[in-house]
Amino acid sequence: MSTQTPAPVPAAAGRRAEDPIPHRIRAKASPRPGTWISAVVVVLVVLGLINFLITNPVFDWATVATYILDVKVVQGVGWTLLITVLSMVLGTVVALTAAIMRRSENPVLRGVSWAYIFVFRGTPVYTQLVFWGLFTVIVPKIALGIPFGPEWFSFSTRDYFPAFWAAVVGLGLNEGAYLAEIFRSGLNSVDKGQTEASKALGMSNGKILRRIIIPQAMRVIVPPLGNETIGMLKTTSLVLAVPFTLDLTFATNAIANKLYAPIPLLIVAAIWYLAITSVLMVGQYFLERYFGRGFDDRPGGVGPAKRSRQSAVNRAGTTPKDSLPEVEL
Amino acid sequence: MTHAATPAPTPDSAPTPDPAAVPGAAPVPDPGSDAAAGAAAPLIELEGVHKAFGDLHVLKNCDLSVAAGEVTVLIGPSGSGKSTLLRCINQLEEPTAGRVRIAGVTQGYAEKPLADGRWQKLPSTQIAHQRSRIGMVFQRFHLFPHMTALQNIMEAPIQVLGRSAAEAEKSALSLLERVGLADRADHYPSELSGGQQQRVAIARALAMDPELMLFDEPTSALDPELVAEVLAVLKELAEGGMTMIVVTHEMGFAREVADQVVFMDDGMILEQGTPDQLIEQPRSERLKGFLASVL
Ligand SMILES: Nc1ncnc2c1ncn2[C@@H]1O[C@H](COP(=O)(O)OP(=O)(O)OP(=O)(O)O)[C@@H](O)[C@H]1O
Ligand SMILES: [Mg+2]
Repeated sequence: MSTQTPAPVPAAAGRRAEDPIPHRIRAKASPRPGTWISAVVVVLVVLGLINFLITNPVFDWATVATYILDVKVVQGVGWTLLITVLSMVLGTVVALTAAIMRRSENPVLRGVSWAYIFVFRGTPVYTQLVFWGLFTVIVPKIALGIPFGPEWFSFSTRDYFPAFWAAVVGLGLNEGAYLAEIFRSGLNSVDKGQTEASKALGMSNGKILRRIIIPQAMRVIVPPLGNETIGMLKTTSLVLAVPFTLDLTFATNAIANKLYAPIPLLIVAAIWYLAITSVLMVGQYFLERYFGRGFDDRPGGVGPAKRSRQSAVNRAGTTPKDSLPEVEL
Repeated sequence: MTHAATPAPTPDSAPTPDPAAVPGAAPVPDPGSDAAAGAAAPLIELEGVHKAFGDLHVLKNCDLSVAAGEVTVLIGPSGSGKSTLLRCINQLEEPTAGRVRIAGVTQGYAEKPLADGRWQKLPSTQIAHQRSRIGMVFQRFHLFPHMTALQNIMEAPIQVLGRSAAEAEKSALSLLERVGLADRADHYPSELSGGQQQRVAIARALAMDPELMLFDEPTSALDPELVAEVLAVLKELAEGGMTMIVVTHEMGFAREVADQVVFMDDGMILEQGTPDQLIEQPRSERLKGFLASVL
């Protein structure tokens, strides 16, 4: 290589007297032809792809433009968002309950929580949605009373359990099983010293959990929770199994079938899903910032600040890969 | 060693008014008055406290009494059970046998055994209440990382004592001033040095107006140049009449501040006395050896 080694310049007397470091190294980058070649190749490929998308008549951008703000489509976006939010809220509540039950000293509570996670994580969400769709057939009537004994009151499930709620409950309970494991690892990731310090101050177990443990656990729970929410947004396209037929995927499919034009309406759906995902990502950013307060990610800080959020998330293992919950009864 | 039988109630507890009575009902001498020390009933009493983790006997039949306003320094080699002893006092550990009493009130159990000889455990709310009267400072601070220094100090007074936020903030600010950190109120623990964090932790414990304070090696996680600032706070507390048990290897502090020094080894209290007696004229070989290693 003929690259000139940048030897420290001898004291250039007078010339740069204002520089406090007189022998500053003036470096010249070593040549990297690979960087340039790969950049050019990638740019060419991307340009080709854009050209293909614009000029290929199959994509039919005129139809995309016509239907992107169609009433049915926009309503579908609304329903999809509503199902996503409600089922995530339900999933979070169920997951937190299950995670706290798993930490309980009561073996019955631990067992029930384990069984819930086992069943709902171990069966396909599609199957579960079909089941919840048939719920009013399987359980036509709910009654309050003593088993085999008297009945105090009862109601017909058909009146109170429309397809919309079947979809929300089905997605929410399935999600809860995944989130429970995330919450459990998150709660376990909080240093035991935090519990001891709060106990020593005389705080009750409930307050310790609410004020001290959960806020700290959220720091490692929120990133995977964000992923799960985006996953849920896309899983809502399965609610046809219930059957619930107002969501975004069903709406665009229905239009596509009417027009015999599947591809432009797939693009309409994809654009909307991407748009919602972007909004969710912004929300996630603010949540992460809120729960990351007091934990400085800059290197070289003191105490907990030294560790980055990602390493905290990794350490907490809130993104488990195993398909079955750990048995710990 | 076996301690099958729980110790019988001592005679002085005979006229127990009401076991559910709030701790502090027993006459506690005013910590401010010097005359109190020694004369009145001890504030902290350990009777035959024994702690076993499975087969491992960590505390063996420990007796200790500390008068109100007195500073006790607890020394001993690593693993001798010093932390466990402190943790038994504020019920972070349950003793396997023996009794802990604070201001004459049995901790964790009713005052008297049941007819069948068993001891009735107190409900968790009452145990939490007993703990709230005892301040504890840990080696590794254990500040709440998601709260600022000020919020750390305000948390328990609001959540446990039911104080208003304004009231809690006012006293938290004056505590921060007292530990020399008035300008750090809005800093998170991650933005404070070790010595500053420990001083916030002390202020957090003081915010509960505890009857006594337990310190478990408060300076041993600190860089040497930060030890002095924490010891200065401890010394000031001692001069203010706070009853304290301090686990530390800082012999200079023990000599200067302690009323009583207790030497533990292998789960037993081997020697106890004034700093002069213990540090200058150790009797047992174990203590001589230990002092040689820390001095
Ligand atoms: N939860 C526990 N389970 C089992 N053993 C324990 C537990 N806590 C403490 N021990 C053991 O009890 C012994 C005494 O521990 P302790 O922490 O009280 O010692 P120490 O005197 O404070 O020591 P150090 O100076 O190192 O802090 C040690 O052998 C320790 O391993
Ligand atoms: Mg210790």
